[in-house]
Amino acid sequence: MFGRDHGLAWLFLLPSLAVFAVFILYPLVESFVLSTHGSDIFGNSSRYVGFKHFRDLFSDPDFYTVLSTTAMFTVLTVLPGVLGALALVLLMESRIRGIRIFRSAFALPFAFSAASASVIFAVIYNPAVGIANGMLAHVGAKPIGWLTDPDWVLLSVVVVQIWLTLGYNVLVLSAGVAAIPADILEAARLDGATGWRLHLSVVVPLLSPQLFFLTVVSTINSLQAFTAIRVLAPEGGPGGKAMTLVYAIYNRGFENGNSDLGTASAYAIVLLFIVLILTAIQFGVLERKVFYR
Amino acid sequence: MNAIVRDRLAKVLVYLVLIAAALAVVFPVYYALAGSVMPTRDLTKAPPALVPSGLHPGNFADVFNAVPLGHQYLNSVIVSGIITVAQVVTSLLAAYAFVFLPMKWRGAVFGLFLATLMIPWEAIIIPNYKLIANAHLANTYFALVLPFLASAFGTFMLRQSFLQFPMELRDAARIDGSGHLRFLWRIVVPLARPTIAAIAVYSFLSAWNQYFWPLLVTDKPKMQTLQLGMSQLNNSESADPRLILAGVALSVLPTLLLVVFGQKFIVKGLTSGAVK
Repeated sequence: MFGRDHGLAWLFLLPSLAVFAVFILYPLVESFVLSTHGSDIFGNSSRYVGFKHFRDLFSDPDFYTVLSTTAMFTVLTVLPGVLGALALVLLMESRIRGIRIFRSAFALPFAFSAASASVIFAVIYNPAVGIANGMLAHVGAKPIGWLTDPDWVLLSVVVVQIWLTLGYNVLVLSAGVAAIPADILEAARLDGATGWRLHLSVVVPLLSPQLFFLTVVSTINSLQAFTAIRVLAPEGGPGGKAMTLVYAIYNRGFENGNSDLGTASAYAIVLLFIVLILTAIQFGVLERKVFYR
Repeated sequence: MNAIVRDRLAKVLVYLVLIAAALAVVFPVYYALAGSVMPTRDLTKAPPALVPSGLHPGNFADVFNAVPLGHQYLNSVIVSGIITVAQVVTSLLAAYAFVFLPMKWRGAVFGLFLATLMIPWEAIIIPNYKLIANAHLANTYFALVLPFLASAFGTFMLRQSFLQFPMELRDAARIDGSGHLRFLWRIVVPLARPTIAAIAVYSFLSAWNQYFWPLLVTDKPKMQTLQLGMSQLNNSESADPRLILAGVALSVLPTLLLVVFGQKFIVKGLTSGAVK
């Protein structure tokens, strides 16, 4: 009986293990193989080239541009996204009427995929007939090349990414605030903490687990953001100003008939290591703070 | 300035900031819905109209002529549906094994599940693409669903939920003669229903919103998903904002209804991701 049960556990795990083996573990190994092999015009890997792709990558100024673009995109989406959500949640805590309306408004972007949000913003950003420039014209300002001006394109994509994630951040932080025991807040109020003092010295520190979680998760999400760039800034936009790591994988490997899977795989492995490090940090901290509290 | 005036002022300021933020968040949603019924002149005059000058439901018919949106809608429903059901089933089986069944190397195998959560899909997308291409599965449902039939995240969530069941229940699983599948279906599934619903919502939305993978493995319009078809409206040189917005409105309708009427589920489904 027991022996049969042992087999049963493996039988129950088999479907999941099979999927992971074929579509995660094998590709993981294959990524390293691809990144150390050349590729022919059809994208099939050819002879072993060692660390050539990585040497090329590290001596290619484009690579460092991609890295710094990725870093900029990440910081510009994560910081305003998390801090903006924190500000909104604290404001909603000031016991005013109509909170539910605001909450529902901030939850609306949940309904939108990255693709649909990006397409809407593409219409809004349209240089000639877009409503963004329409409004600028209304106040007498010069039109902006939201997606065509190399100085603006990254910011324009950043706005979409923040729009997509703000609601989620608000939700997680609201849940965090709701979980703060009322007596702690009451005690702080009795001690004379009110308004902003109460928020900054009592509520924010109590939200640190949520803030930490959101920062790591948003960072990982921003590092993986692809759709908004593909829709709004194909080929990385003017001057490649919106070419992030993930986009470089697609650009080198697939976009416009490119098929340099070796270089694309080298980019993929760089992305893999960055995300792995961040996730390891997250697991390490959350393991203590969330799972076993 | 006395305290009452200062309080009033602070409150007004709070309202102003919240209203400005809410308007900024809601505006793109409003504009997409309003624009979807606007006649062309509303969208192409300068400055463009904010309110439709008249209802133009013909936009929706024109979208279906521009791209095979009906096919793509169906593809998205089928693909997301298969992925959701499969993830719930495979996760239930795996979580059940971890909690209720005796096994060797339980910790190691569970660690392996958790480890897969750390791998960003984008980093292994190229070998996966080659796998599908070499198996001549491009432009098939297989390509769109096969890599996503299991979910370490779903398994993890269900395991957490099972572990909170009373001890006696787990003992009952061991001695109950009625068989494990029966026990899973009759006892465990009903008890874990809220978690299952959350996982289902999360799986469905993730699958529904996919973009990168379908972009690589499908290029026939009739095999593409809604997300690709809808964004295709924006690609052509002659992109017509009227059609684009009508396409977006059609494509977000199901999820918008889900958010408006099923906010509780969505919130639970999405925040359950918060412990990922």
